[in-house]
Amino acid sequence: QVSVALKEGRVTPTELCQQCLSLIKSTKFLNAYITVAEETALKQAEASEERYKRGQPLGVLDGIPVAVKDNFNTAGIETTCASNMLRGYISPYNATVVQKLLDQGAVLLGKTNLDEFAMGSGSTDGVFGPVRNPWSYSRQYKEKSVPKSHSEDKESNWVITGGSSGGSAAAVSSFTCFAALGSDTGGSTRNPAAHCGVVGLKPTYGLISRHGLIPLVNSMDVPGILTRCVDDAAVVLGSLAGHDPKDSTTIQDNFKPFELPYLTDVSKLSIGIPKEYHAPELSGEILALWSKAADLFRNAGAKVVEVSLPHTRYSIVCYHVLCTAEVASNMARFDGLEYGHRSGMNESTESMYAATRREGFNDVVRGRILSGNYFLLKQNYEKYFVKAQKVRRLIANDFVKVFQSGVDVLLTPTTLSDAVPYKEFIKEDNRTRSAQNDILTQAANMAGLPAINVPTALSERGLPIGLQFIGRSFQEQQLLTVAKWFEKQVQFPVIQLEEVKRHDHDVFQHEKSASFS
Amino acid sequence: LAPWVPVVGLEIHAQISSNSKLFSGSQVQFAAPPNSLVSFFDASLPGTLPVLNRRCVEAAVMTGLALNCSINKKSLFDRKHYFYADLPAGYQITQQRVPIAVNGSLSYSLCIDNKMSQMVTKTVRIKQIQLEQDSGKSLHDDTRSQTLVDLNRAGVGLMEVVMEPDMCCGEEAAAAVRELQLILQTLGSSQAVMAEGQLRVDANVSVHHPGEPYGVRTEVKNINSIRFLAKAVDYEIQRQIEELENGGTILNETRAFDSKLGCTVPMRDKEGKQDYRFMPEPNLPPLILYDAKSLPANMNHQQVINIDWIYERLPDLPSVKREKLVEQYGILPEHSFALLNEDGLAEFYENVVKQTRMKPKRVIGWVLKDLLSYLKQHSLTAKESPVSSFLLADLLNLLEKKEISSTAAKQVLAELWKGEGKTPLEIVKEQKLQLLQDQEELEQICQTVIDRQENEVIMMVLG
Repeated sequence: QVSVALKEGRVTPTELCQQCLSLIKSTKFLNAYITVAEETALKQAEASEERYKRGQPLGVLDGIPVAVKDNFNTAGIETTCASNMLRGYISPYNATVVQKLLDQGAVLLGKTNLDEFAMGSGSTDGVFGPVRNPWSYSRQYKEKSVPKSHSEDKESNWVITGGSSGGSAAAVSSFTCFAALGSDTGGSTRNPAAHCGVVGLKPTYGLISRHGLIPLVNSMDVPGILTRCVDDAAVVLGSLAGHDPKDSTTIQDNFKPFELPYLTDVSKLSIGIPKEYHAPELSGEILALWSKAADLFRNAGAKVVEVSLPHTRYSIVCYHVLCTAEVASNMARFDGLEYGHRSGMNESTESMYAATRREGFNDVVRGRILSGNYFLLKQNYEKYFVKAQKVRRLIANDFVKVFQSGVDVLLTPTTLSDAVPYKEFIKEDNRTRSAQNDILTQAANMAGLPAINVPTALSERGLPIGLQFIGRSFQEQQLLTVAKWFEKQVQFPVIQLEEVKRHDHDVFQHEKSASFS
Repeated sequence: LAPWVPVVGLEIHAQISSNSKLFSGSQVQFAAPPNSLVSFFDASLPGTLPVLNRRCVEAAVMTGLALNCSINKKSLFDRKHYFYADLPAGYQITQQRVPIAVNGSLSYSLCIDNKMSQMVTKTVRIKQIQLEQDSGKSLHDDTRSQTLVDLNRAGVGLMEVVMEPDMCCGEEAAAAVRELQLILQTLGSSQAVMAEGQLRVDANVSVHHPGEPYGVRTEVKNINSIRFLAKAVDYEIQRQIEELENGGTILNETRAFDSKLGCTVPMRDKEGKQDYRFMPEPNLPPLILYDAKSLPANMNHQQVINIDWIYERLPDLPSVKREKLVEQYGILPEHSFALLNEDGLAEFYENVVKQTRMKPKRVIGWVLKDLLSYLKQHSLTAKESPVSSFLLADLLNLLEKKEISSTAAKQVLAELWKGEGKTPLEIVKEQKLQLLQDQEELEQICQTVIDRQENEVIMMVLG
């Protein structure tokens, strides 16, 4: 819708950009952005404006303000991965996905906050501090939250965004941008999307280029897309997907961007409900919501069946082995020699390496490196790494079997509960939290399948709950079509942020869901 | 004393001759300014990914075929982890699980007792050929306590050729490597110049008594020429024998060859036994190669590598070339070896033969003895010879027509070597070297000599 507004001249790219920039400033307490690229963004907006004046916009994304998670390389703009290791690091090149957005005329507002090197499920473990969920400041949450004592500051009860792409989710949720890039290795796009009430799409592995995405687990990472509605996600997907010669793991076939139809008839659809996703820790209200969603499909005429993915319970431990092994390998390049932080210790090369890595990495990263190296030792390799690879194959096969049996799309919860307060979240360590929170999202990464979080309803505490759809490999069109139908049915409420209300701009008054397509 | 059986195996790294590196587009060039040929990927900038270079794969396939290997239609890439200043990513991409080629053989020849006339053919098994990245170079500056790192070489494609321990001495190792070098140069898959680091050889040496199991082996590195290879291997064999005969033991260690002292010394032991924590390279799918049978019909020829197509286009290998030379020109096998042993010499010889009426069997002596000794004296290759094949052929024609004697021809050659641009005929005339053919003239000269030396003649006649 805002794209149409730009075309019709109701609002200009520079106005849009400036409004977003000032909103970023007024929502600074969310800590969603690590770097705001004000100057370059305005320049891009100006260039876009020129194009609109000439009646030659590059496409739907021309002039649209976007944000990018700080683990994507952006030429000339600091890329830190929320780590001391890359503080001040200015990359000389753009990640392919960043370049594609820029080539479409998108306006890059800045880099968003995350857990250090994308390791975490809360966006709380980066060196720039935790990200606050915008819903903490929503009227919906404030109405429902009961202050424990008079002296308790409402501020201190803010809830987490989830992670690790929390900054991107918060940015989209708080209207500071219209779309954001995240990354998804174990749920890092879908998890914060659920907690922040936005759409979070994890595409099929190999559909979107990872060139320029600083890797966590090369065999599972994908760039993720966060938007306020499913149609927007489809638009962004269309501009990003396709073969990249610089990434040998992208598929060779040409990708054709698609538009999503409005489904009227779901009777031919078969929705699978995997029983193993009924985790014991699943909150009562999410369980109820999931059930309600299944009924929604059933009542509309779709076939809803219970299915089984028997190896689901092994995915977390399998992920732990494979993830830490790849982390140990991927982090080996951070030695302080070519770029990034270098310790002052210079007695010997080895001591410089050791000091650099201890100073540059937080405990979470170092913990995973140690575990990973352990699993890769010659005497352990077969026992752990190879075994985990085999289990991975079994997990992936579970999905193959289910999809072969006629199921089109799976419906599951995305998270175990709504967003918890930060104070509570940090009571457990990163590893425990990750193991807990990845459980519903991780298996899709194991199998390389596309999955999407659709905001569904508000919890009793007034916080977003989302549900997840998992689709067949490279069948994003089908997946998003179903997601869009569901989105229309549930009519998830718009966040009512007081800060946003103070800004009187056309754009936000025009649309309820503030989308750009 | 019981006899000792030395056992020698080799690990040879050959730099692939290609325009760009194995996984990135930066250029491959010797002696460029430091860090001027380094792409983002070579510098291990975060987020960069490897992209396989087709030419490097072709080079490895060619080499595998030339060495009678089975080419694996599916091979895999792995990461080998260790920390070192010249390895920016903290790991090398190599092929540890399934390399591109396996189970080949290389035949080479040796002279028995240093006599060129008796050559014997030996074979060494090729265990495998794998593709891997070269590392950068690090220079230790002890005076300033610093290490200077040049990444130009980081990421250049290498073929590691592993030769089984079928050799027994320095001479065999040297001959095998020499033959491999010629093969690589003929294929063009590597320029294989040891002095430029394009061919690096590590030797694995052990000794044992016949009938007993193999002894502990040592690895010898830092060998910079084929000549030094023979020396290093022989020294190490001797060292091990002496050590064992004195009741000592051999450590499974890495030793460096010191060319000045002519011996091997233990290298600074880094970390005991290294665990490289091998892991599959997740950013590179398995490498699939095709042959005529398995090639799918609609596959774009540009997108795939067809092993049979490469095989059909292999040039004549040195062994074939030698056979052809022997057959075509009637020269001896050892001549063909000598011809191929020098860069461009075989071509030179063939050009001379084409341009002269002298029989090839006679020409060979002139090329291998006379010309070659001049070339060696001045450290020139046949292509750099001031005496072109045309000039030599011209000279040999004079000899063939009996216009000059053999001795005179050698004189002319010496003059030609000065490269003053004179033709053989001109030199002959200048130096009055022409043989006299006229009977009368000859008689007259003889008569003059006899007349002048009357006394001697009488003495001779009287006996």
